[in-house]
Amino acid sequence: MASRIEILNDGGFRSDGRRQYELRDITIDLSQQGHADGSAIITHGLTQVLVSVFGPREAKQRRETIHDRANINVEVNIAAFSTGERRKRSRGDKRISELASTIKSTFEPVILTSIYPRSQIDIFVQVLQQDGGLLQACINCTTLALANAGIPLLDFVCAITGGVHSTSPVLDLTTLEENDIPHVTVAMMPRTGKVTLVTMETRLHADRFEEIFRLAIDAGKVIHKEMKSAVRHRTDALVTAMGSGSRFAVSGEMAEEQMKDY
Amino acid sequence: MRPPSPSIPEREFLLKALEQSLRLDGRAPLQSRTPTLTFGPELGWVECALGKTRVLAYVSAKIVKPTPERPFEGTITIHSEISPMASREYEVGRPSDEEVTITRMLDKVLRRSDAVDKESLCILAGERVWALRLTIHCLADAGNMLDCACLAGVVALKHFRRPEVEVIGDEVIVHAPTERAPVPLSIHHSPFCFTFAFFAPSPSSQSVPITILDPVHLEQRLSNGSISIALNAQREICVLQKLGGVPLGAEEVVGVVQVAVGKAKEMERLVESALKEDWEGRKGGVEVR
Repeated sequence: MASRIEILNDGGFRSDGRRQYELRDITIDLSQQGHADGSAIITHGLTQVLVSVFGPREAKQRRETIHDRANINVEVNIAAFSTGERRKRSRGDKRISELASTIKSTFEPVILTSIYPRSQIDIFVQVLQQDGGLLQACINCTTLALANAGIPLLDFVCAITGGVHSTSPVLDLTTLEENDIPHVTVAMMPRTGKVTLVTMETRLHADRFEEIFRLAIDAGKVIHKEMKSAVRHRTDALVTAMGSGSRFAVSGEMAEEQMKDY
Repeated sequence: MRPPSPSIPEREFLLKALEQSLRLDGRAPLQSRTPTLTFGPELGWVECALGKTRVLAYVSAKIVKPTPERPFEGTITIHSEISPMASREYEVGRPSDEEVTITRMLDKVLRRSDAVDKESLCILAGERVWALRLTIHCLADAGNMLDCACLAGVVALKHFRRPEVEVIGDEVIVHAPTERAPVPLSIHHSPFCFTFAFFAPSPSSQSVPITILDPVHLEQRLSNGSISIALNAQREICVLQKLGGVPLGAEEVVGVVQVAVGKAKEMERLVESALKEDWEGRKGGVEVR
């Protein structure tokens, strides 16, 4: 399917005016949403996802408890108005249940579940707007919501989509680009540089894959920087609001030193 | 009810053996079981066995009216049935996460990777196209059913022949196999799926996870994550899926891809020779192209 839209023009610009390796604007909102223990809204360009985390709490159903660790329950809901074409997806949709199980298996080894035996952590993912990089936004947002809920994690999980247009790799694809070129989603842990998730659904030569895969790992570190600063700002704001702002300022330098490792 | 998880001695035995690069069935870590392909009397009927894992694939075709959005393309539908017959782990009713993964993966490997040229299935634009139906029955699951099902599906599509059709004006004539030799599907490439299982290293020993190809059931249950790669002999990766599990370094992922590249070439040779052998046996009856 040849498209009339140029993915990458001769001047090196993409259809939305970005350069090859340029990411879309990321905004992160970590304010309280309803009664959730932790929540986050992330936008990657025009893709917007809201995640609410409840728990660790007692499981609603007794049979879902695991005796030596917490059970993670992920529910994904894609809003009917999230795409250009209004479309209602049923709960039993295979694509949605695959997305939910992907998020679950990504976070299972990252959350320190063994310190909450017989409990449950509920992760509710609400997709508000879609414009490419859905899985990437869901994973980044879940990391932030979990951090916001104070659930201990081994590390951040930063996800990014990369694609290849003929021979030139591009990062952070929009729907338009996703439909047209092969793309890979990679979720990495910045501290170790290891990847927890790699998915690719379109045909790509093995050598090209390696190139984009390594590039995506580097891009994950940039996303990590954004996420980290958002979490720190939120914590700063909370501490100030609690009236211990002055105390924090004294120990602020020390905290800064400690945070460097993360 | 789900079957009980493997016992502690079973687990420890398996992990200890793996640390010495030994597997329960005597294979090397990156050695797969050799698939056995059995062809049925009909074209497009294949039974694929990988050790004790067995999958049956059957392709059938009928002529339908295409959808208005895609008047020049035929359709392929995949019906995969994972019944409790295959293993105690599958239940009737709502599919488990594992079953959803297998079904989605089959769909991605066989349909969305454009293995079959859909435009060649068009008979009369906007009026008549071929609708292929690939049914996959999982007969027994002794581990790595995904690879086995993908292989069965691909081989069934390569084995299948559709009746010759002739278009005169607006009229479509379907020739019986006895009248004119049936024609094979036009296939762009044949993707093969390979699953690797990972075992997290014990904290005391080395820091690299142990990687094994084609895990059997027990290995699959005990593993700390897996990666499935579907690729063809032309070194093109069609689907690559690592969903969570033990984190891997970039080198390990790239290494696994390289192993799969080599295996895909071997698999292509094996499949081609099996298909060729089958044609030789059929020469006496109907003429096949």
